[in-house]
Amino acid sequence: MEQMIKLQIDRHTIEVAQGTTLLSAAQSAGINIPTLCHLDMKDMCIKNAPASCRVCVVEIQGRKNLAPACATRCENGMIVHTSSPRVMNARKTVVELILSDHPNDCLICAKSGKCELQNLAARMNIREMPFAGGATSSHKSEHSVSIVRNMDKCIYCRRCESMCNDIQTVGALAAVNRGFAATISPAFGKALRDSECTYCGQCVAVCPVGALTEVDNSNRLLADLADPSKIVIVQTAPAVRAALGEEFGLPAGTSVTGKMVAALRELGFYKVFDTDFAADLTIMEEGTELLNRLNRFLQGAPDVCMPILTSCCPAWVNFFEHQFPDLLNIPSTARSPQQMFGSIAKNYWAEKMHIRREDLIVVSIMPCLAKKYECSREEFKTNGDPDVNYSLSTRELATLIKRANIDFHALRDSDFDSPLGESTGAGVIFGATGGVMEAALRTAYEIHTGKTLEKVEFENVRGWEGIRKASVNLNGFELKIGIAHGLGNARKLLEEIRRGTCEYHAIEIMACPGGCIGGGGQPLHHGNPELLHARTRALYEEDRKKPIRKSHENPYIQKLYEEYLGKPMSEKAHRLLHTHYFNKNIIPTN
Amino acid sequence: MSEIQLTQEKADTLRNICREHANDPGELINILHKTQDILGYLPAEAQQLIAGELHIPVSRIYGVVTFYSFFSMTPKGEHPISVCMGTACYVRGAEKVLDEFKRVLKINVGETTADGRFSLSSLRCVGACGLAPVVLIGEKVYGRVVPGDVEKIISDLTKQ
Repeated sequence: MEQMIKLQIDRHTIEVAQGTTLLSAAQSAGINIPTLCHLDMKDMCIKNAPASCRVCVVEIQGRKNLAPACATRCENGMIVHTSSPRVMNARKTVVELILSDHPNDCLICAKSGKCELQNLAARMNIREMPFAGGATSSHKSEHSVSIVRNMDKCIYCRRCESMCNDIQTVGALAAVNRGFAATISPAFGKALRDSECTYCGQCVAVCPVGALTEVDNSNRLLADLADPSKIVIVQTAPAVRAALGEEFGLPAGTSVTGKMVAALRELGFYKVFDTDFAADLTIMEEGTELLNRLNRFLQGAPDVCMPILTSCCPAWVNFFEHQFPDLLNIPSTARSPQQMFGSIAKNYWAEKMHIRREDLIVVSIMPCLAKKYECSREEFKTNGDPDVNYSLSTRELATLIKRANIDFHALRDSDFDSPLGESTGAGVIFGATGGVMEAALRTAYEIHTGKTLEKVEFENVRGWEGIRKASVNLNGFELKIGIAHGLGNARKLLEEIRRGTCEYHAIEIMACPGGCIGGGGQPLHHGNPELLHARTRALYEEDRKKPIRKSHENPYIQKLYEEYLGKPMSEKAHRLLHTHYFNKNIIPTN
Repeated sequence: MSEIQLTQEKADTLRNICREHANDPGELINILHKTQDILGYLPAEAQQLIAGELHIPVSRIYGVVTFYSFFSMTPKGEHPISVCMGTACYVRGAEKVLDEFKRVLKINVGETTADGRFSLSSLRCVGACGLAPVVLIGEKVYGRVVPGDVEKIISDLTKQ
C-alpha cells in the first residue's frame, strides 16, 4: 500500500502520497505557489524540473534555509509556510535578480501580456530595479524562417532545452558557456537553420519569456491585403478553430469555426478556404498509396518497404530527413495538406477562376511554426513562386483580429467558401493525434473491402499514450497500425524500423505532443494539459456534427478528380500532390 | 554534410577512446579529457565524431566543452603558458604577470598567437605556492615571476 505523509502547509493539514513535492501538495490544498522554470504536464510526459529559478521557495519550520517547493519532498510532520514575510521577500528578491539581467523592453516585446516573468513581476509587486548595473548578457538574436531567438531575454529556465532534448530528442538546443556568457544555443554557436532543428516550435510553446518567439508575418499579410493588384486567399488548418477562441477569453475547447471564418472575411481575404479540404485530398492520395504498397507487399514484391509513414507534419519530415536519412523511402510521398492546398489553389483553382499565378497570394493559418519553413521549401515553388506564400500561426491571427478592431465575440458565424472550403469530418480530426490514421482508415477500409463502415469512429486509435497500437481487419487481413506523437516517441518507432523489428504496416506520426492541437503556433498552454484535452474534444465534436465524415465521399474532392486530377496517384496527382525527401544529416556517419 | 577534417588515424584513435569507455554518454567528460590530451584541444570535428559514437546530440557535447574552462576549442601553442591565479600567486602579483604576457604576446587568455608558438591560459594552484607567483610553460615551472621577467622568458623561448 502506498505510504501516506501528513503535513501542514499554511493553515491546511493535508495527507499526500510519499514522494509528493511540496509544490504538488500545496496545489492539492488549493495553494498556488508561484513558479517560473517548473513545467509538469503530467499525462503529456512533458517535464522540466531543474529547480533553478528559486521562485517557489517556501519556509519549512525548523530548517535554516528556504527550500524550493518544486524539488522538496513532503515529510511527516512538516510545517510549511508558503507566504510568510521571509518567503515573500525572498521570492521578490529572486525575481528582482532575474530582472537585473533581463532587458526591460516589455512595451515592445512579442511576449508582452503573455510573459510569465512579467506576470511574476506584477504579482510580486515589483516597483523598482534594485540590482541594476553589472554586466548584462549580450547575445546575437537570430531570425530563422520560423523561429526568432532573442537570447538576451533568456532566463535559463531550460524548458526549451528539455523539450528539444528529452521530449523531442532533436538535440538542437543545449545550454552552453557559463556566467554572463551562458546561453541556450545550437552546437558551435550555429544558427538554427544550420542545426538539426525541425522548427516544431515546442521550445517556443514553453518559453516563459520573449526569448523564443515565432517569425511574425502579419505585417506582410496586411500589405498584401491592401494591395489592389493581388488576390489574397486563405486556408485554415483544423486545429486552429479549436484553440483560437482561447485568445479571446473563451473556454478551452470552444469551437470557433464560424467566427474564425467571419473574422478572416472582415480582414479582407478574397476567399476563405479550409485546409480540411486538402486533408480530405491527402487521405485520397495517402490512403491509395497505402493500399497500393500493401497489395504489392502482400504479393511479395521485393522492392516494397513497409510500414508506410504519414507525411503531413513538416517538423516530422525535417526530423527524419536529419536523423534517419537511411529511411527516406519509408514515409508516404504525399505532400502535407497545407502544400496540397497551395498546389491545387495555384494550379486548378487559379486556372478555373482565370487568375494569373503571379497575382494570387495563398496564405495559411496554422497551429504550427514548421509550416512557415515548409512554405519556403524549394520543391514547393514554381519559378520561385511558393505554392503557399506564407503562413501565420493561430497566435498571429488572434493578434491581427484584435489589431483590426474586429469584435470577435460579436461576429456572426460564416461558412467557408466553395469549393476549396468543403470538407468532411475526416479532415477535421487531422488536428488531433491519431486523427490522420482514423481518417485514412475510414477511406481505406471502404475502398479495400467494398463494404460500408457501420461505425466511422475508430476509437482504438484515439488517446494520449505516446505510442499507441491498433489493428483493423480488412477482409481477413489484420492491418497493424502504430501512432506516435512527440518526436521522442517517433524516434522509438523509427529505431524499431531500422532494427527490422517493426510489426506495423502503417504509422501516423505528429511531431507535437497531442498532435497539431498542441502545435508550436497555438495559444500558449502555460503548462496546463487540460487545454490540449479540451481542444481535442472540440475537434472530435466537430467531426461528429459533420454530415459527411469520410474523405472519399467529399463531393468536391470527387469533382476535383473528375475534372482535373483523374484518379489518386495519377501522373498529374503525382506532379502536384506528391514530393520527395532529402538527406539533411549534419553529423557525419562513420 | 560536413567532412571530418581529422586524419583517419586520429579519428580511429578517438573511436577507440569512445569504445574503451563503452560508448557510454556518462563517460563523456573522461572521453573529452583523453581527446584533448591527444589533440591538444577539442575541435568541432572531434566533438561531432564523439557525438556520433555516443549517439548524443553534438550540442550537448559543445555545452560541456564550453562550460568547463579546462576544455578548449583553440589549439594550444607550441609553448602553452599557464599563469597560476590561485590565492597565493594572486596576492603576490600574478595578475600583473598575466597582464604582461597578454601585452607582450598581444593575445588574451584562451588564445594562441597567430604563428602558433604561444598560447595563454590561467589556472588555479599547481601546488607550488612557496614559489608564488608561478608560471607553467609546457612542463617547466617558473617561480617568483615578476612582470619584468616576461619579455626575457618569451625571447628565450622564441630563440629555441
